[in-house]
Amino acid sequence: MKRIKIKDHNELFQEQEYLEQFEKKKEFENPWPAEKVREVAEWTKTEEYQEKNFARKNIKINPVKACQPLGAIFCASGFEGTMPFVQGAQGCVAYFRSHLNRHFKEPMAAISTSMTEDAAVFGGLNNMLEGLRNSYALYNPKMIAVCTTCMAEVIGDDLNAYIRQAKDKEIIPRDLPVPFAHTPSFVGSHITGYDNMMKGILTTITEGKKGEPNGKINIIPGFDTYTGNYREVKRLLGIMGVDFTLLSDASDVFDSPNTGEYKMYPGGTPLEEAADSVNATATIALQKYSTVKTMKYIEKEWGQEALVLPPMGVKNTDSFFDEVSRVTGKPVPQEIEDERGRAVDAMIDSHPYVHGKRFALAGDPDILLGLISFILEMGGIPAHIVCTNGDKRFAAAANALLSESPFGQEATVYTGKDLWHLRSLMFTDPVDILIGNSYAKLLWRDTGTPLVRIGFPIFDRHHLHRYPVIGYQGVLNMVNWIVNTVLDEMDRKTMDTTSFDVIR
Amino acid sequence: MSSAIKETQKIIDEVLEAYPEKTRKDRAKHLAPNDPTGECSTCKVTSNVKSRPGVMTVRGCAYAGAKGVVWGPVKDQITVSHGPVGCGQYSWWARRNYYNGQTGINTFGTMHITTDFQEKDIVYGGDKGLEAALLELKELFPLARGIGILSECPVGLIGDDIEAVAKNTEKDFGYPIVPVRCEGFRGVSQSLGHHIANDSIRDFVLGKGELKESTPYDVSLIGDYNIGGDAWASRKMLEEMGLRVIAQWTGDASVNELGIAHKSRLNLIHCYRSMNYICRHMEEKYGVPWTEFNFFGPTKIYQSIRKIASYFDDRIKENAEKLIEKYKPVMDAVIERYKPTLEDKKVMLYVGGLRPRHTIGAYEDLGMEVVAAGYEFGHDDDYKRTYPELKEGAVIMDDATLYEMEEFARRLRPDMVGSGIKEKYSYHKMGIPFRQMHSWDYSGPYHGFDGFPVFARDMDMTVNSPTWSLIRRKR
Repeated sequence: MKRIKIKDHNELFQEQEYLEQFEKKKEFENPWPAEKVREVAEWTKTEEYQEKNFARKNIKINPVKACQPLGAIFCASGFEGTMPFVQGAQGCVAYFRSHLNRHFKEPMAAISTSMTEDAAVFGGLNNMLEGLRNSYALYNPKMIAVCTTCMAEVIGDDLNAYIRQAKDKEIIPRDLPVPFAHTPSFVGSHITGYDNMMKGILTTITEGKKGEPNGKINIIPGFDTYTGNYREVKRLLGIMGVDFTLLSDASDVFDSPNTGEYKMYPGGTPLEEAADSVNATATIALQKYSTVKTMKYIEKEWGQEALVLPPMGVKNTDSFFDEVSRVTGKPVPQEIEDERGRAVDAMIDSHPYVHGKRFALAGDPDILLGLISFILEMGGIPAHIVCTNGDKRFAAAANALLSESPFGQEATVYTGKDLWHLRSLMFTDPVDILIGNSYAKLLWRDTGTPLVRIGFPIFDRHHLHRYPVIGYQGVLNMVNWIVNTVLDEMDRKTMDTTSFDVIR
Repeated sequence: MSSAIKETQKIIDEVLEAYPEKTRKDRAKHLAPNDPTGECSTCKVTSNVKSRPGVMTVRGCAYAGAKGVVWGPVKDQITVSHGPVGCGQYSWWARRNYYNGQTGINTFGTMHITTDFQEKDIVYGGDKGLEAALLELKELFPLARGIGILSECPVGLIGDDIEAVAKNTEKDFGYPIVPVRCEGFRGVSQSLGHHIANDSIRDFVLGKGELKESTPYDVSLIGDYNIGGDAWASRKMLEEMGLRVIAQWTGDASVNELGIAHKSRLNLIHCYRSMNYICRHMEEKYGVPWTEFNFFGPTKIYQSIRKIASYFDDRIKENAEKLIEKYKPVMDAVIERYKPTLEDKKVMLYVGGLRPRHTIGAYEDLGMEVVAAGYEFGHDDDYKRTYPELKEGAVIMDDATLYEMEEFARRLRPDMVGSGIKEKYSYHKMGIPFRQMHSWDYSGPYHGFDGFPVFARDMDMTVNSPTWSLIRRKR
């Protein structure tokens, strides 16, 4: 076959004729003089600009957070045969689905009740009833998990009453579980939505199920977008011989095998097991800030021991296994101890490239606490920690963690701040490594700081979510990503010098 | 009624069976076998009406149309997503409207800027916060040429007066502050958002730009959002024809360009659906004629170039012929290379408001056949332009649901599907080759002579990837 050279946007627009086109187009753009643009660009890197930037109170610029219903439908997706169902305007659901599609590169089903102006006036009851009828008939769910957009919240739709009516009118079967959660986008963030939906689902599905203790433990991953983490927890507890229920098991829904068939509901926590979770010995949450209300509910209503044990980093993972072992009476097997040994060995081997390196971090509160802990263990120095959706309790927890280590003394924790704040910080007080989601690449471009992608969403790199960041295997992955990013950067910077080494 | 039409109607009826009665009756009006002649009275679909709750529509909202499509690409204005954080987050840097400029300094296209409503804003209103936000933006981004306030659902529901805020602040800013009432609950799809955005350009920006001098060859490129550089590829051709493109709407657009398009001799519109409104306005108010064109695939490109040239003098007409002469060998080589591996392949398309008809010719240039086509938010005039482009018996689907798309794919067995990100991965699971036809699957450009080779290459890699054959189906 004849080969022809095809240039797409990556090359095409670097060509002379396009560069000339761009230059000529300026005639119509009323552009600022190049000198002025340079001047302002430099000014944005100054302390003076930073002061103005930090003085703003009414606008977010490149924030690191999404809204409640995203977390709610993510939570719902992890239950067997469950259709996430969003009462409100339809664009929201199109956005949630796209957002999750782009991160996982997987299909994602969710229903909208497509509310419009008339629903704004008369309320969303009819939309809810017709929505339930249609989605039940078309998509055969075993459970429909209802949450809301801000539209339904502002007009005050009563989910509980609407669902009751749907059942009274026999629009959906009476025994179909239809848990719900109010998830206004103007309160909290996606992690709050996860929490609200989890509590809603557990409340509904365990109703009247309290019985004999089943000897199991429950694991709640939280708003965890690493499918590799779910598989890792299952593998590790399997090795330990622990009988457990993963509450919202998103691993198969967001990482299903290609069999030439599209299944809308692959895997997920079996509903029967979820219903029996009320009879477990204890519940362990792997994230704190996305499970606050849920864990309170479990402790109070179920009377279970409710533990928060995020296993990110060596010491956190140690605590996780110690506690699982205590709660279940099962010893931590040698196999896991060996994994620990290998992870620590890797950290020791790589430490020279991380020790003393300064980090900027941006992300969700739980991911950040895990990263801080791990970086301190490696001898890295967290400097700027930005958590748009972090609260005072998060700031206190992060500061307590930092204060325990000599490597934590240079850090400042910024809650409610965004990536534009971080940009200022990275210019006035530069760091060696940046960790964040894909949008942090704007900072990589502006400041030239190498970026390690850990968090959510990750759109511009493939498959990272398949690799765990929890457990000792997660430690190994984080060492791998961080140290090799440092080494890649070192090669780039030394390629024209004598320091361009082959052995490192 | 021909047998092709009857057969397709049978498929449609089968697909409809799963719906509850009321919804089935409604959906039946949106699905039809194609009749290119227009004689078959039942072969026309209803469009631009509300989606049924619960069916899993693919559609988005007015905000998506106004912010994501029309205003978002305007590079030197700051687009404020006014309301809670989500809308701006999910539409952040997602449509690949390429632009030149320094982001955060003199251009702001790939930024997510939001008033991030909290409960207090719902209770007490968000106008005060908005005003303060505008002042903060002015301080931090002194080179901005405008600010757009793109309303999200709560703003309209709580009765905020963003128009007043915009008006009060504008006098101190020296550039347009544009309130855009594109709350997501308005209308039935993205489409109303396009219209609202067009109207806001009309009311706040059009006619206010500066153009030093006019020439008889001034045109504006309307309805090209420069996805993967589409508008640049188109501009190159128009300039080679000897035309002067004074404005791009709105891919790589500046506020000034939005202000001078009315000075064009001719407006050239690619995406008719999203910008016909402003073309009609410029025709009525300024007497600027407009014409639709299609820069997908050589057949349509040649036709379009000649059509555009017909509005100008002989020099331009001659240039048009020279341009075709120059690029025809390149186009022929692309077809020669890719037609053998794509010939007779069947395509199912479900996109927004333009591409399901505009890309048909490009597929046909490669020997492929479009067997089903539908729009998320097309109107009657879009479907009228579509019927003649498709073969008899092709499936026409308006506002299709996930269920319908899956079922049609099962029955029509297309060799590839072109649609959006929400559809992409379910087709991957089904083992049906798929290409995103909103974002060009992160490739492009697809417009113009520089775009067609990329289009052909991409369709080939989609249909003929060896990975599809690795799928082991359960027996």
